[in-house]
Amino acid sequence: MSLAARYLEENGIPTVVFGCARDIVEHCGVPRFVFSDFPLGNPTGKPYDLDMQRQVLSLGLDLLVNATTAGTTVVTPYEWSADDSWKDKVLTKAQPFLDPEDTRKWLERKETYRALKATGKI
Amino acid sequence: MSRETANHVRYIDKTRAYYEAEGYGKPYEWAHFDHIPLTPFAAVGKPLSECRVGMVTTSEMARRGVEAGPDDPKRLVYSLPTDIPVDELCSRKAAYDRYATTLDDVDSYLPLTHLHRFVAEGRIGAVAPRFQMIQSEYSQRKTLTVDAPEILKQMREDRVDVAVLAAV
Repeated sequence: MSLAARYLEENGIPTVVFGCARDIVEHCGVPRFVFSDFPLGNPTGKPYDLDMQRQVLSLGLDLLVNATTAGTTVVTPYEWSADDSWKDKVLTKAQPFLDPEDTRKWLERKETYRALKATGKI
Repeated sequence: MSRETANHVRYIDKTRAYYEAEGYGKPYEWAHFDHIPLTPFAAVGKPLSECRVGMVTTSEMARRGVEAGPDDPKRLVYSLPTDIPVDELCSRKAAYDRYATTLDDVDSYLPLTHLHRFVAEGRIGAVAPRFQMIQSEYSQRKTLTVDAPEILKQMREDRVDVAVLAAV
């Protein structure tokens, strides 16, 4: 996603990226970034909180217009929960990122993609 | 600095540790560039209220109730119309924090409802007729040489002025 934003920007389309993985987006470097310190899944506001979603999108539109420096991050003023306990469980053995079926599909997709690449079909 | 900004999850470090523990070999090298491009908004040459806004998502959307076809082995960019009511859309994305949240509310990661409202209110000029799905790829080369050019092509066809990208 960050790479696509950079590509659009290099080709004359101003962009704003919304995301929850601050380190990954900033490590890549995008022109404008709205960061919500939420679990992966809801970069434009909490589910069913329409006011928050509107505000988050609005912050991004403001940033789109007003940013003068590449690599500008705006942090949304919202907290996911009263404590940070959800963060401790991210990517741990207790909470595998993908369930077994999705892991199987992911590995299968990788193999299919490699095979297509090896035969020059991609 | 708030609690959150000081304490955001370090996904790069956590991913490395997680997959090392799972027995995978060489850790993934996340994309990194020293230079960051910027097209100033002024270059668009018109106010936001006259701009057509494009939208890109990693959320692997599908029409609800329509039987999903097989996964595209090439995992190419695809698009859907932006005028589909969000309650007729659903995400097929598996890679998100399924312990802490859900993808049941489309507007929490693909804010089509709010974009349409901003059009009605005059904040933005229009929403592009279609939005693009891009797959989160291992191959940065594919993203840069196949996916991103396709998104640019579609956005140019749709006369998009500015783009909103949201990463699940």
